[in-house]
Formats: sequence, C-alpha cells, structure tokens
Amino acid sequence: MEFVLVQTLNGISYGLLLFMLSSGLTLVFSLMGVLNFAHASFYMLGAYFAYQVSAQIGFWPGLVFAPLLVGALGMLVERWGLRTVHKYGHVAELLFTFGLAYLIEEAVHLIWGRLAVEYRVPAELDGPLFHIMGSQYPIYRGFMMLVSVTMLVSIWLALTRTRIGLVIQAALTHPQTVEALGHNVPRVFMLVFGGGAALAGLAGVIGGNAFVTEPGMAAAVGPIIFVIVVVGGMGSLAGAFVASLLIGCIQTFAVSLDWAFGGISIAQAAPVLPYLLMVLLLIFRPKGLMGTREG
Amino acid sequence: MNHAVVRRIAWGAAAALLSFGAQAQNIRVAYIDPLSGAFAQTGEQGLAEFRFAVDQINKRGGVLGGRKLEVLGFDSKVSPQEALNQLKRITDQGIRIITQGNGSNVAGALIEAVNRHNERNPGKEILFLNYAAVDPAFTNDKCSFWHFRFDANADMKMESLTTYMAGQKNIKKVYLINQDYSFGHAVKKAARDYLARKRPDVQIVGDDLHPLGKVTDFAPYVAKIKAAGADTVITGNWGQDMSLLVKAGKDAGLNVDWYTYYAGGLGTPTAMGEAAAGKVKIIAEYHSNVANNKAAKWDADYRKQAPKGNPDFYFLRGKIMWEMLAKAINQAKSAEPKAIALALEGMRHAADLGEVEMRKSDHQLIQPLYVFTLHKTAARGGPKEARIDMEGSGLAPVTDARLEAFTSAQPTSCQMKRP
Repeated sequence: MEFVLVQTLNGISYGLLLFMLSSGLTLVFSLMGVLNFAHASFYMLGAYFAYQVSAQIGFWPGLVFAPLLVGALGMLVERWGLRTVHKYGHVAELLFTFGLAYLIEEAVHLIWGRLAVEYRVPAELDGPLFHIMGSQYPIYRGFMMLVSVTMLVSIWLALTRTRIGLVIQAALTHPQTVEALGHNVPRVFMLVFGGGAALAGLAGVIGGNAFVTEPGMAAAVGPIIFVIVVVGGMGSLAGAFVASLLIGCIQTFAVSLDWAFGGISIAQAAPVLPYLLMVLLLIFRPKGLMGTREG
Repeated sequence: MNHAVVRRIAWGAAAALLSFGAQAQNIRVAYIDPLSGAFAQTGEQGLAEFRFAVDQINKRGGVLGGRKLEVLGFDSKVSPQEALNQLKRITDQGIRIITQGNGSNVAGALIEAVNRHNERNPGKEILFLNYAAVDPAFTNDKCSFWHFRFDANADMKMESLTTYMAGQKNIKKVYLINQDYSFGHAVKKAARDYLARKRPDVQIVGDDLHPLGKVTDFAPYVAKIKAAGADTVITGNWGQDMSLLVKAGKDAGLNVDWYTYYAGGLGTPTAMGEAAAGKVKIIAEYHSNVANNKAAKWDADYRKQAPKGNPDFYFLRGKIMWEMLAKAINQAKSAEPKAIALALEGMRHAADLGEVEMRKSDHQLIQPLYVFTLHKTAARGGPKEARIDMEGSGLAPVTDARLEAFTSAQPTSCQMKRP
C-alpha cells in the first residue's frame, strides 16, 4: 500500500514535469502549426541558464530569470528566424527548428563543455518533505508539483481571463479574422513562441537539478514530449495535461511490475510503453485523446 | 563525401612516399576512440594520457636504441562501422599497431577485422592493444593471437568485487540493476553466479534491466529497491544512468551501499555530488589516493599538463600498456607486430602497484585491483586518506581493499591459434 502511494506520487510528479515540458510545445503547435524540434533544447538552456544564474546570485533569482531569458531568446528566434522561414511553408519551419536544436546543443558544448555541470538543488529544498511508513518523499518533488500546478493554473487564467489570452485563442482558429480586427497576429505569434520557450525553460530550471544538467538532456526528453503532444491531441493543452500524467504514471507503475511475457518483463519494457501507446493511438484515434484535428 | 575520397587518396600517396625511407621512422600507434560526439571527452582523455605516456618513454630514449613512439588519434564515434573505416585508413597509412577501449561492440568488430586482415596480408599484420573493452568473450571464445587486453574483464572485476563482498557480513539483501545490453547482462549474470558461490546466504531481492541511457527518472526504480528491503545494490551502470540512479536514491532516503564498475567515470562524480559520499564503491585498478603509490609522481606530473576539463589521471592500465609495449619491442628487437606479440605473451612486468602478467593462454592482463569508496575530501570533513578528489567534485576515493592479481584470474575457454 505504502509502495503504491509512493509510486503514485512519483508518477504524478514526473508527469507534471512532463506537462511543463510539453505545454509550451503544444501551445506553439496549436497556434502556429509549427512542430518545434528545438523545444527540448529550450528546456536544456533553461537548466544551463539557471545553473549560471544560481552560481552567481542563488537559485531563486535563477527560477525567475532563467525562464525569462529563454523566453526572450525564443522571441528572438521567432522574430528573426521562424518568421523569415515561414513564407516557405511548414517543412522549412520544421527543418529550421531541427537545425536550431543542433545549433543550441553545439553552443552548449562550446560554452559549458561536454560534461555535466554542478547544478544542485538549493539547501532549503533538499531533504525529506514527509515520511510514509519509513519511506521519505523529497521536498524538491513536492516543489516540482507546486510549480507545475501553479503554471497550469496561470496559463489557464491567462488564456481564458485576459485580453491577450482571448486574442490568442481566437488566432488559434481564425487568424485571418483576428488580423482583420486589427490585432497584430505576427506579434501574437512571437509572444506565444517566446512563452512556449519560457515554459520549457522553467521546466529546465526545475528538471536540471532534479536530474542532471548535461548536453545530452535535450535529446533524452525530446522524443517523450512529442509522444505526449500526439497522445494528448495536437494542440490541446488539456490533452497534454492528461497525457503527461498518464504517461508519467504508466512508466512509473510499469517499472514495478515484474510479470514477464516471453522473457521480457513489463519492468524491462517500461520506457517503451509510451511509444507503444502513441503508435496504438495513431492507429485507432489519430486525433489523440482530446484533440480536435484529424490526422 | 568527395573530401573523404580526396583525403584518402592523399593519405595513401603520402603513406606510399613515406614508406620508402621508413626504417628510422617513429613507431606509430593508432588510437581509435570517440573524438567527436557525446563521448568525445572520454576519448580525448585516453588520448591525452597516452600522449603523455609516450612522451615519457621517448624522453627516456625511446625504443630500439633511439626510435620514438607516436600516438595518432582516429575518431571511432563509438560506432563499429566508423571504426572499421578508420582501420582502413590506418592500414593505408602503414600503421601496424592499434589501440582502442570504448565500446565492446567496437572492439569486437575490430578483432574480427584485424584477424581477417592479418590472414590476408602476411607480413603486414596488425596488433590490437585493448585498454578498456571488457566483454569477457574477447579472451575466451573470441580470443585472438593479435589481441591483448590490459583491463580486467567484466567477470574478473565481479570476481574481485564479490571476493570483497564475501567478507562484508552486513550484506544480506542484494539488488541488481543494470543497463539492458550485452555488458549489463554480463554483470548481472556474473553477480548472480559469483554471489551464489561465495555468499550463498545472501538473498538477491531484485533484478532489473533498464534501457541504456533512456531513463530520466529513476525514482520508481528506487522505490522498488526500497520496497525490496535491499541493503546493497550492484550495478554496471555508467554515465548518466549511474549518476541519476544514485541521486534518485539519495532523494528517497534510500540507505544502501552501491557496488559499481563505473561510478568513477568521467563526469559521474560531479553529477552524483555529495549524494555519493560514503555510499558508492568502485572496482578498478587504480585511484589517486591508493597506498604506496609508486605512480604518484606520474599522476602529479600528468595533472600539471592535463587538458582543461579532464584533470585526473585515470588509466594506470594505459601506463602499464605502454611500458609493456616498449619492453616487448626492445626484447623482440623489432617493431614487427608478430615479434611484439610473441614477446608480450606471458610477459611479467613490475608495474607501479605490483607485478602484472600478460597471460599467454588468452592474452588477458592479470593485475591487482582495488575496491574503493568515494568520500568527502579530508578538507571537507572526510577521512584523512581522502586527499585528491576526482574532477574537482569534492569526492575523493579511499581504498577499502586491495585484491591481489590472482584473485581475479578466471579460467579461459580460449584456444589460441598462433601463426
């Protein structure tokens, strides 16, 4: 029982981190139709920026500044890169972000080297939050959950309760109309792309010290966030939320199952299950769990 | 593509020109390991250490009364295919000795290619010095006269590790967690077999395989280890699979001793940080704080000129390899691979930490090994032996036990075909 509880908490907290990562991706996709291959690289940059800032002035300023920096960088990329490429169509945009991912990785190699950097959880968040019958639950995981839930609520409020949120939602479905009403759609695009990058950056700040900050971290999470976006339904924020929790929990619980089929135990196959889920979903429900678009 | 062809032709022409007056030339050794990509830094470390070793030998007068050794880097990208392409370039350049260590898959491909090459090109044979690829097969059923291994293989390391564990009465429940590929399977099997033999009372409470380098969150695995009530974990994990595992263990308050092969690998001590202090044990042939260290000066000299980002001296077996190679060339009075191989076979060598032997039956170096634990440095409140830390991480190795060379020696199924 205790074990199930611990694993549930592990699954939820991992799922929430995945949501932080994929929310930006799905927002950008839904608005701009761009599948941003460099999204995980913004996650990595968030971690490295936070490492740099926290080495100078501490973790908490890093928590604020690193996502802002990544967001600003995202806007620059949109303004001076994507917008120019946009007129050549989606394939060009796709290739652009694909190349960008490599560029960012090499830049990280050049600036911070190829080894892991010493980006640590701050002392005040290091330690057990509570004990469940002898097992301890780390404060930092609780903090991770808090940040991502706060983020979820703020995105939702921003999208539904603010003027710019309404414009974004409108631009989602009727960009021409929104433009005709006198809104600057390209600027909305820039804001959304920057916002998406900032969300990934925030995930990096939180994930970088929970796990390891090293140049391979983008490649490690890259595939899984695409799975989440596809499973949740392209462009659906709620779908991404459900899919993140689902995949977080599936992976966590599969690890605990030692039942074997034909020599391969479920535990052994755990990290492959999300991809299996994606393939099955694409066959039987191509629009994803909560998606609205077909194919 | 065109570039590669042009370069190959140019190299070929250069090699042909050089081979005319090559008698008093340097004895060139090709180093085939990753020099680009994710593992580049690991490859660069080996190359830097080998260049240093060769410099030292050359400063003392080289070999064969004045000829110098030279190491040349070739990028394997840890890919067997890429390594074979490089081998082609190497033979085109007339280089006759190669050395490699990263990736048993690469080493396996090289052994086969070298065997084939040597069969087809008598008089132009190639010698393969393996300093780190630890698949036991290379000195058993896949053994080759042209291959010499200077690292203890996976089974030998487990033999020594379990010999040490047999004396640790606090070990009652062991959990095995390994990467799901050939090396991880070898570690898992050896751990089960040897523990059953040496400590039948020890219970194996869990046995997990996880995909190589694909797990971000080890918390579920740690919860499982904890639920199983393990007091000890044995793992062959390396790289981020090692550091993430130990970090997740610390977060969940998991109180176990970690018995590892590669927790000392480049970047891992930094990534683990203080979570590892007093908990993580490693089996290897060397660490910088070893007692009666006759390689201490060498170690210190290396650090003075080490490349930035790779400050530590890591491969004592590399030093041993170069010393034995120089000795074999001098004994054979020849730089011909066949003569060198015959001189290396069965060679005993007084290495810095005790005598080692290149066993004739399977070309496996038999050497003393150490089990050591990472502690906080003495300056940060650790034991007084914890003087020199690894990569500036604040974690310093301290010996738990020295296991003499004979402890790790394994029977071999090798049936060596000699030319």
